[in-house]
Amino acid sequence: MTLAIVFWAELAIKIGIIAVAVPAIGMVLGFAEMKLSAHMQSRIGPYFAGGRFGWMQLMADGLKFMQKEDIIPADADRPVFRWAPALPLIGTMALLVIIPISAAEFGIIQDLEVGIFYALAISSLSTIGVLMAGWSSANKYSLMGGLRAAGQLIAYELPLVLAVVGVVIQAGTMSMQGIVEAQTAQAWPYVVTQFLGFAIFFVAALAELNRIPFDMPIAESELVMGYVTEYSGFRFLFFFLAEYVNMFTMSAIAVTLFLGGYWFWGIPTDSALLGVIVLLAKSFVLVFIMIWFRWTFPRFREDQLQTLAWKWLIPLAVLNVIATGAFKVLL
Amino acid sequence: MNKPLGYGLLVGMKVTFKTMLQTWMSIATGGRKGLQSTVNYPKVKEVPVARARGVIALDQENCTVCMLCARQCPDWCIYIEGHKEHKEPTSPGGRVRKRSTLDRFDIDYALCMYCGICVEVCPFDALYWTPEYEYSELAMGDMLHDMDRLQDWMSTVPDAPEIEK
Repeated sequence: MTLAIVFWAELAIKIGIIAVAVPAIGMVLGFAEMKLSAHMQSRIGPYFAGGRFGWMQLMADGLKFMQKEDIIPADADRPVFRWAPALPLIGTMALLVIIPISAAEFGIIQDLEVGIFYALAISSLSTIGVLMAGWSSANKYSLMGGLRAAGQLIAYELPLVLAVVGVVIQAGTMSMQGIVEAQTAQAWPYVVTQFLGFAIFFVAALAELNRIPFDMPIAESELVMGYVTEYSGFRFLFFFLAEYVNMFTMSAIAVTLFLGGYWFWGIPTDSALLGVIVLLAKSFVLVFIMIWFRWTFPRFREDQLQTLAWKWLIPLAVLNVIATGAFKVLL
Repeated sequence: MNKPLGYGLLVGMKVTFKTMLQTWMSIATGGRKGLQSTVNYPKVKEVPVARARGVIALDQENCTVCMLCARQCPDWCIYIEGHKEHKEPTSPGGRVRKRSTLDRFDIDYALCMYCGICVEVCPFDALYWTPEYEYSELAMGDMLHDMDRLQDWMSTVPDAPEIEK
């Protein structure tokens, strides 16, 4: 009886942490994007809301979205249209679960033996949501956006997985905790030996996230807003939130796999607080690079996008896997 | 010399990073150094150039109710009504003269697209551009400026530039 209570209480706390973390991360990153983009374009960015620095801008935006009318097009496939925005957010929340924040007992929400496999599988969920949104909107732009997202997923899931395989071979485990522990043991992050894998993972992750320069599914100049064209109000906010939180989770996974996760030279790994700080700092560096990319590079053409994945990233990733395997066997 | 692969990407990233640092510098020093293309609008106001197209002012004295502006307006946002008045002859035995008088001259700025054709077409210089730009309203209907309000804008019309030699 007591065991059951402990289980449910633990579960409630875990759900609470995720439920708080998702909007908080979304707001911080959304605000960072607003400010950094402004500064990269010689603008000031939001500065009025909240008195100083415009720190309440994102909350004001959220409130605005909540007031807006929830419009469903007459020809839309109603149940699919209504549930599509939930999927990317569910996928994001499910991803946050397996990110290790420290070596302590409560350092991870759920340590899985197949952690990274689960992460790669669940990260495709958001693309299903995108495809559902595109299909059910009964709008040509939405449909094109959804199809592009699907094509992009197929092209970039492969290099993403293959880049991870190198790390898994080197660490000898698929558990996220195990991978960080392996890096802690050798006191050297995997990015040194797996630099090619890291680069491929980062590029493929950008494509998975539909971030510029891979934002073909929502290319404004061609497709209005792609699969979110018909969405308004709170459902639009869901897509928006999922995009930003996904940016963080993908960065956190990249940090865990390649940059040593919560480990850093000279910082004890068994303290949850220090672990969180190290992980957040590393992830935010990657997020900053993503934002930096977005405000620097123009969008790829659809064929260039496919060429990059099939002709460059996948062969390179396969080479990386072969080389890593050979070193693992020989050394 | 051949540039290495990805060189152009790095150059682009350098540009944005440099711009960001310059903007930070500019904000830190209160906009005195570096780039900063925008200002904190309601607190700090930009001074528009003298020939900026802000709002259109009407000089009622010059208007002859010829309707050219209303007819040329692509948006049909100018509404003019007028009537003819008889003017008594100035000297005995003279002819009674007619004078067109404005009853109504409204410009609906909710419709106006600031093309300036009305200003161009006016044969008697009754319409002028002014650089004033702060006349937003809470209700759409208040964007319709009547002829008294348009006359008031005349005070903001800048002096005509000197004739070039």
